[in-house]
Order: sequence, then C-alpha cells, then structure tokens
Amino acid sequence: MSSPYRGLGVYAELTDRIEKSLSRFGIPRLIISGFLLLLFILALIMKMDLKILISDSLVRIGMNGILVLAMLPSLRCGAGLNFGLPVGVICGLLGGVLSLNWNITGFAGFFTAIAFSIPPAIIAGYLYALLLERVKGQEMMVGTYIGFSVVAGMCIFWLMAPIDNPALIFAIGGKGLRYTLTLNDTYAKILNNFLSFSLLGITIPTGLLLFFLLFCVLMYYFFRSKIGLAMTAVGANPMYAVSSGINVRKMRMSGIILSTVLAAIGIIVYSQSYGFLQLYTAPLYAAFPAMAAILIGGASLARASISHVLIGTILFQTLLTIALPVTQTILQGSDISEIARIIISNGMIIYALTRAERR
Amino acid sequence: MSASTFLTLKNISKSYSGTHVLKKVNLSVKAGEIHSLLGENGAGKSTLMNILFGMPVIHETGGYKGGIILDGETVAITSPRDAMNLGIGMVHQEFMLLPGFTITENIKLNREITTENPISKIVGRSLETLDEEAMANDARAALQKLNLTVDESLPIAGLPVGYMQFVEIAREIDKKNVRFLVFDEPTAVLTEGEAKRLLDVMKRLSAEGIGILFITHRLDEVLEVSDTITILRDGEVVHRLAQNEANVELLAELMVGRKIERPTLPRRKTEPTDEDPILTIRDLQVKMPGELVKGINLNVRRGEILGIGGLAGHGKLGIANGVMGLYPATGKVRKDDKPVNLDSSKSALESGMAFVSEDRRGVGLLLTESIEMNIALTAMQIQNKFLRPGFFSALRLEDRKAMRERALRFIEELDIRCTGPTQPVQRLSGGNQQKVCLARAFTLDPDLLWVSEPTRGIDIGAKQLVLDLLVKFNRERGVTVIMTSSELAELRKICDRIAIVYEGRIVGILPSDASDLEFGLLMAGKNTRKEVG
Repeated sequence: MSSPYRGLGVYAELTDRIEKSLSRFGIPRLIISGFLLLLFILALIMKMDLKILISDSLVRIGMNGILVLAMLPSLRCGAGLNFGLPVGVICGLLGGVLSLNWNITGFAGFFTAIAFSIPPAIIAGYLYALLLERVKGQEMMVGTYIGFSVVAGMCIFWLMAPIDNPALIFAIGGKGLRYTLTLNDTYAKILNNFLSFSLLGITIPTGLLLFFLLFCVLMYYFFRSKIGLAMTAVGANPMYAVSSGINVRKMRMSGIILSTVLAAIGIIVYSQSYGFLQLYTAPLYAAFPAMAAILIGGASLARASISHVLIGTILFQTLLTIALPVTQTILQGSDISEIARIIISNGMIIYALTRAERR
Repeated sequence: MSASTFLTLKNISKSYSGTHVLKKVNLSVKAGEIHSLLGENGAGKSTLMNILFGMPVIHETGGYKGGIILDGETVAITSPRDAMNLGIGMVHQEFMLLPGFTITENIKLNREITTENPISKIVGRSLETLDEEAMANDARAALQKLNLTVDESLPIAGLPVGYMQFVEIAREIDKKNVRFLVFDEPTAVLTEGEAKRLLDVMKRLSAEGIGILFITHRLDEVLEVSDTITILRDGEVVHRLAQNEANVELLAELMVGRKIERPTLPRRKTEPTDEDPILTIRDLQVKMPGELVKGINLNVRRGEILGIGGLAGHGKLGIANGVMGLYPATGKVRKDDKPVNLDSSKSALESGMAFVSEDRRGVGLLLTESIEMNIALTAMQIQNKFLRPGFFSALRLEDRKAMRERALRFIEELDIRCTGPTQPVQRLSGGNQQKVCLARAFTLDPDLLWVSEPTRGIDIGAKQLVLDLLVKFNRERGVTVIMTSSELAELRKICDRIAIVYEGRIVGILPSDASDLEFGLLMAGKNTRKEVG
C-alpha cells in the first residue's frame, strides 16, 4: 500500500506545521530577521569586522532595553503604547543633571541620578495619568502631543534652571544648561565596563546587560503578582476587572506611572552608555524607537510580554547597528541607514495601530 | 376571498444554525385590518418581521422556507427596498431618525422632491435643487393625518420621545404607495397619553384601508385596537382569535402557557422562610441603559432559589448589575444585616456575594487569558487566594500550582471541554465559557450567588447541565441563588419563588407552581394577588 499520496500527506502535514509556527512567529518578525540575516551575509562578503558589529549591537541592546521595557506597563494596563515617554525621559535627565551638578562620580553618581529622577517621574507620571484618564480611548494621540509639549516646555526650563556649575552651563552668557553634558568625568560607561570581558574578540558589556535583565526579571515578577495581574485584567477587559472589585482607574494610573518611572531610569542607562546627557529637543522622538522595538518583538495593543521586549530589542537594535556600516560601505557616503531606521520604526508603529481595531 | 386578502405569509419556516425559530407560520392581513401579533421574547416575532422586510440577516443565514403572497401573487422580498416598493412600511422600535435634521428632512430623506437646475442637467439628478416648499407641504399633510400640530421645520433633536415616534409614522404614510404597515412595539417608549393617541392614529389609518400588523406586549392595547389576534409561541402559531373572543386573562395564558415538567427537586432539611432573610433590598434604583430599575423592594430568604423574570427591557437584568456595583445604583441593600456599598463591586464581593453576568464575553471573561486565570483572578483580588506568601499583599506572587489544581478540579467537575487549563477561553464554545464563568463565581465560595441569563446562547445539553449545577450548588452547599432569566420555563424548573419585574418594579412574587394565567398577567403588569416583596 505504498501509495504516492502517503508521502503527500506527510508533506501537507509538514507544511501545515511550518505555516502554523510561522504565523506564531509573525510575518513582520520574519521579514526583519530575514533582513538581518542578509545584512550579516553582506557584512561577511564585504569582509567587515563582525566582532565589532556584534559588540556594538550588544551595547545598543543593553542601553535601549529599559526604554523598551517602559512600554510594557502602559500596554498591559490598557493605555496603549506610551507615546508620552518623553515625560519620563525628561525626569531622568533632571536626575542626571542634579547628580552632575553635585559632581558625584562613579556608581554613586549613577545611582544618585536614578534616585533623584524617580520622585519627579512619579509626580509627572501621576499628572500625565490624570490627563490620560480624561481622554480614555485616545491615550496614544494625546500622549504624543503631551510628549511634544513637555519637551518644548522643558527647553525653557533648561535655559532658566538655577544651576551655576560652569561645566554645565553655556560658556558664553553664564546662564542656561548646555545642549549636551558630558559624563566622561563622572559615570560614562560605568555599567558597560562593569565586569566586562572579551570573548572571541567580542566585548561583552556585562554590567549593562545584567542591569537590563535585572529589570526584565523584576517586571516579570511584577506581572505575576496580585497587583500586576489586576493591571493585566484592567487592560484585557475593564468590565471583568470592575466585576472583580478591581479599582480600574487606580490600576491604569499605576501602569502609566510605572511606565514613566521606567523611562526615567531607561534614559540614565542610555546616557551613561552614550557618554552624554542630551537636553533640549533630544527627547522629542524618544518614544518611537522604543515602540517600534516592542512591536517588532510581536507585541500588540492587546497583548504584550517580557519576551516581546527582549526579542524586539535584540532584533531592532542589531538591525540598526549593522545596517549603518553595511549600507554605508555599499552606497558610499549615503545616509540610507538613517532612512531605513525611520521607515522601519514608523512603519512598524503604523502596522500595529492598523491591526489594533480588530482586537 | 383572495380579492380582499391583502398580504399572506404562508408556511414560513426559518432556522438559525439548526435551531428552528419559526415553524410553518401562516398569517394573513386584510386591507383595513389591524392584526396583532403577540408573543414572549424569543417567540419569533422579530424573525418573522425580518423575513417580511427582506433583512440581510435572513439571507446571510440561509434564507427561509415558505412564501409571501401579495394580492394573490407570490413575491420575492430580498431587501428592505423590495418591501418598500411593494408598499410595505415599518415603524421601528428604535427610532431611525437623524437628530440634527428637521422633521421635514427626516420624513423626506432619500425621497426628496427636486427641480432641475443648469448644473443638474449636466451632472445628473443627484445635484437637482430641493423643492423645500413642496416637501414641507407633504410633511405637513402627513403630520396632519396623525393629528400632530408641530412645526415641520423643527429639528428632531429636542422633540419629546412621543413626537419622534409620530414622525417615524409620518414618514411611512408619506410614502404614496404604502398599503401595509408594521408597528414593532411602538408604545414601548411612550407615555400613556401618547400611547392612546398612537392607537387612535392606528385606527384612523386602518379606516383608510391600510393593513396594520401590530407587535406588542401590552395586552390592553391589543384588545383595544385589534380585529384579529395571533399568538406566537416558540416559533409556532398557537392560537388565532377575533377581538370579541379575547380577554386579558385568556391572552396572558396563551402567551406564556406551556406544559412545564417540573422535576421533583431534592428537598431541604428546613425550607427557607421570610424570618431569615440573607439579603434585603429597599428602594433600589439602577441606571442600566435599556434595563432601568425604578425602585425595588425585595427580601431574599436564606437558602432559596429565587427567580427574577419579566420581559426584556423592563429592568430585571438591572437588579443584579446594580447590587453588584456594575452600574450606578442608589438604595439600601443589606446582606446578613450589614450594608452593602453599591459604588463598587468590591463591597458586594467581600460581603460573600458572587455574580455570573449575562454578558459573558463582555463582563464574565478575560478572553485572551487562560481558563485557570479566568477562574482564579477574582478570588485572588478579593480574598487573597492563590497567592504565595509575601510581605506586601499587593506584591504577593501568584500560586500557579494552586490555580492549576483548582482549574483541573472544575474542568472535571463541570465537564469543561478544553485542551487544558492553559487554553485561552476565547476558543471555547459558549456553553463551556459559561461553565468557566460559573467556576469563577464558585471559586469565591459565595453564600449568595447572582446568575443572569445563565443559559443564553448555549446548546440544550449544556443548558440542563448549568441548571443542574445551580440546584446542586444550592442543595449541597446551602448557597442562596438568585437567577435572572428571560425564559420563564427555566425559572419555573428550578426556582422556589419567582419575582416578575414590569417597568422597573416588581409587580408580584409567585411560587413557581402558580398558573400560566397568573404569570402571563404579571408579565403584562397586572397583579392578581396583592402581596408584593
């Protein structure tokens, strides 16, 4: 009974299984992974130094990770993507400026920055959440404009800030903070260099990655706790939450505050790796790469998890790191990678938002 | 004979995915006749009207059997437009009017009177000028026919509800070819005076030779205007009689009546009495859209199964939702003689009550979450169950193992058909989702359980199982059950007493072995016994 159809059946079953696992992995992630692979192959062909590329990717993953993680609470509590991420970012910068002003160096400086960014982040997050409560259903649109307005408002603050440390203010005029403040003398790359080592020529920024993973673990456990599950229920079905005696308003506001605090911590981690605090209009677009990353990771407005954060950050940041040198080698002098970055990140956001209606 | 018979529905049958909702229904209306169609919710009245109007929902679900005969010819009605062209009009239960438009514009919408102008000669009819004067005249004429003196240039928004209903009728009679009108519960939203006026209008229209099919729950109105009365029950015509043969009692009995096999339920050691109330409700008012509760007093006996029945829209669903804090409510509710705060569900849940909502997917479930999470979450939030030890209550971690065990137990006990406790509930069938909802409530170990429409939208086997579960829960664990249902037969199967809600108030409480007649009258708002609450 060895009919040729039996083989076909096995084949059909196989393709069916492949199809299923593909759809679980998600088409966008598949395309991005394929593109990434292509870039790696190109890099090999061009005889570029893969070790440096990978080292750079690891650094970028670590420095952006917590900003991406900040998207998780707002998605989970049903407020959508946190377009108002700059609110938290600015609180982080505030903490950073204070620690610089007091000239605290090393880990002490880094943690002082974090410690002094959390209280303003909680206050700002609370006010931001109050506002979002009034525009339920349009959080993402309103959040975008809040982010933009707060950045603009803070431009005035940076100019007027009562700080007279000559290292921080404009050399001419004697008033107003500089555009970028260097961290070289205080805590630049303090996490990156902590316990870092070299493996097959690849530099591993151990401290940076550990710090990111620590926050991932903390968030993982948070969302397995009573309050975290309540927050998830609010996001998944507010009426179920109400009928379970959960204070929906409180949970939504806590989610937004948590997101803001994570953004504040995230930008300090980012800055120490980058080596500078960037003030004024720099935080304007802080939200977009973070949103793109978590969406590439497979999150949707209805469902988001730590694994989406991890996968998304790795894919997106590696892509950006490798695309730049590779494309620049191929197309001499062009800025194609910056264009690709904008297309990919904004394209991902549009893709996710169009799918949101069907939840 | 056929000359005077205007419209005949012949042998109409319809089934939705295997459930027969109409079985060989025959109905005919003569010109100038008012024919009333009477029946409970779910008797098949709306389906019959949807067929008559060629609503898309009928054709999307496989069409119907039987024929529609108009003036001796079989006609095919495949869209509402066909019905309109044949001269059949409908006055809807919910108003289909544009609030920002004037009365005239609403009456004439899409049938505007227009005159040519230079642009329309080139571009086409759609850009012709409106002849506002002619339109206003037509509108006024239609309104006058209804004895309605209102300025036809007023916008709809701001008119009293009763007027909106009349504008709706004016629109139908303004259609020059209209020969047949369906009134779908037109008096449901009207005051008594307005309703009376509407009935007068119906009589006048029928005197002008328009055939009228009148759908309503109100027995008085039926008796006042009808020439012929047809009673529909479970998709079948059970009786047809002329107006002079009918009276309120007879109609009520016919509408509700069905042979009820009440299974002998297990006896209790002590039967519940009024001396030991578990819950007392005083002047409860609930603002639940479509199910307003307008002041209810109720004593619930410890250990009983109390039914809450009544027609849709009269407020029976509002009671549970109000007490459980899901809709804004006022009034005094005391559980075990302790006050319950109606502002949030928390107070009700903490007092030992649990609620299985009529809106399974909207309130009852987290569709994307697993079965075990759905079952455990409420008990976790309210009673700190399924949590591992920890310092701060809010940060205690979930106890997966305990959740899994509980879920597995319920899956076996309630026979939930699933691939396992981690399956997302959105993939379960309606009946199995309902079992998860019940498991969620049982997990709270309540001593008072509210269940709303527990058998809505689930198959017959699962229905019986759910009812058996409630009885078992009541008898074995002594849990008091308050079950709200549109299906009187179901309530009569398992309840000790049944309270009937009419227009937001309880009109009476009957033992479940009371006669069909009494239930029928109560559903129509008439109490024959004088003991309430």
